[in-house]
Amino acid sequence: MALLEVKDLEVSYGVIKALKGISFEVNEGEIVTLIGANGAGKTTTMQSVIGLIPKKSGTVVYDGEDITKTPCHKIVHLGMSQVPEGRRIFQELTVYENLLMGAYSKKKDDKFDEDLENVYKRFPRLAERKNQIAGTLSGGEQQMLAMGRALMSHPKLLMLDEPSMGLSPLLVDEVFDIIKDINKDGTTILLVEQNAGKSLAISDRAYVLETGSIVLSGTGAELAASEDVKKAYLGV
Amino acid sequence: MEFIETLINGLSIGSTYAMIALGYTMVYGIAKMLNFAHGDVIMVGGYIIYVGLTVSGNPIISFLAAVLSCIILGITIEKVAYRPLRGASPLAVLITAIGVSYLLQSSAQMIFGSAPKMVTIADLGSISFSGLTIPVYVLVTLACSVVIMTALTLFVKYTRTGRAMIAVSEDKGAAQLMGINVNRIIMITFAIGSGLAAFAGLFMLMKSPSLSNTLGAMPGIKAFTAAVIGGIGSIPGAMLGGILMGVVEAISLKIPVIAPYTDAIEFLILIIILLVKPTGILGKKRREKV
Repeated sequence: MALLEVKDLEVSYGVIKALKGISFEVNEGEIVTLIGANGAGKTTTMQSVIGLIPKKSGTVVYDGEDITKTPCHKIVHLGMSQVPEGRRIFQELTVYENLLMGAYSKKKDDKFDEDLENVYKRFPRLAERKNQIAGTLSGGEQQMLAMGRALMSHPKLLMLDEPSMGLSPLLVDEVFDIIKDINKDGTTILLVEQNAGKSLAISDRAYVLETGSIVLSGTGAELAASEDVKKAYLGV
Repeated sequence: MEFIETLINGLSIGSTYAMIALGYTMVYGIAKMLNFAHGDVIMVGGYIIYVGLTVSGNPIISFLAAVLSCIILGITIEKVAYRPLRGASPLAVLITAIGVSYLLQSSAQMIFGSAPKMVTIADLGSISFSGLTIPVYVLVTLACSVVIMTALTLFVKYTRTGRAMIAVSEDKGAAQLMGINVNRIIMITFAIGSGLAAFAGLFMLMKSPSLSNTLGAMPGIKAFTAAVIGGIGSIPGAMLGGILMGVVEAISLKIPVIAPYTDAIEFLILIIILLVKPTGILGKKRREKV
């Protein structure tokens, strides 16, 4: 059964149609990737699904519940979590306080210590720097913090918007390893990436987004082998 | 000795400004708007105290009624006037705030007339020790302010709601992604700011019993100046800016040559500080995302 089902989603910024009716689904346990160039509508898709920006039409069903009109903060309480583009960690708060904010949708005693320990285990650097002001972390550490923060609500569906952006090649590999790991531990993943090669390699399925429409879909391996994708996104 | 008395008086004027400045700065930090009607909430609080004293004669009941009324007023203003404009141009919000300010002032004038009312809260007298003579209301103002500012600082730093306020002030979108109801946080901010305005109203009436519909206008502007001096959006900044303004005011009023120019001197300080540090004393420059 699909954990997330998006049907005919349309989003406009004024007169500009950013999404022209896209449909896709994410099944429980999968890693699904949306790839596409700048301005294709990837971030718009992510933000409208979780309710940060309004949808013009279409429906979004999550875990059997229609969330088309649900405000963002309530969707988060349903077990959906997002690592936004550009990380957007709380710069003035410490690493620990950022993680605390990540658990905002949970009651304090609701396995908080266990979640915190799991995050520290996955990202040892965050444990070392837990009392450091988040704004002083390096880019890679901030990305780890953003991911750790999103995991603090132990989501069923984790959405990651360009997690590899601005990171060194070594760190990019590390981030993709961590995503695979999080998925192995039972979290469903919806990923948006410009790094098509690496993301298709870890994806069960993927969709190609082009100027607001989905133009291709298939398994990660199929798309990685597709001539169109190769030419447009893999640079071969 | 006289200097110490002046200083203590300045601290008490300053804590009144700080109470008001906190309302400006918190609303600015969290809702990203200038609530120019904030000073007039003080005035409404003053009239509630006046009505309470006339009806019940009990200053404590009157004051509590004022706090409660101001909180309800603040929440109502936010919900009716500002919330529909969320996402609108800042100018639209600003002109609305000025409109609300005039609405409150004119309503008060229609209900209570334009002649000032005398509000005698309680004659607390003054106390003398080791050569100092200090009115008791000054000490009450100082004590209340210290307690309130400490409580507020602890609230913001250590409670779930307080941290949510910091999160919203930094990044509304990211805050929503944490599951924070931004509208609720903004409502709480208005409630706190307006409650503090009631305290400011009490402090002002204890100092000088004359109450009119423009009670909050000048202190509102000065407190806003204080908030900018301290760094708008910063809670410790509002406290510091308010205290600084109060002390400067008290000292300036004691020196005959410059006493008539006290207001001008206070605004001059604003200009100088903004020239040296455009973000205010404790204001931070938000780092742009890389």
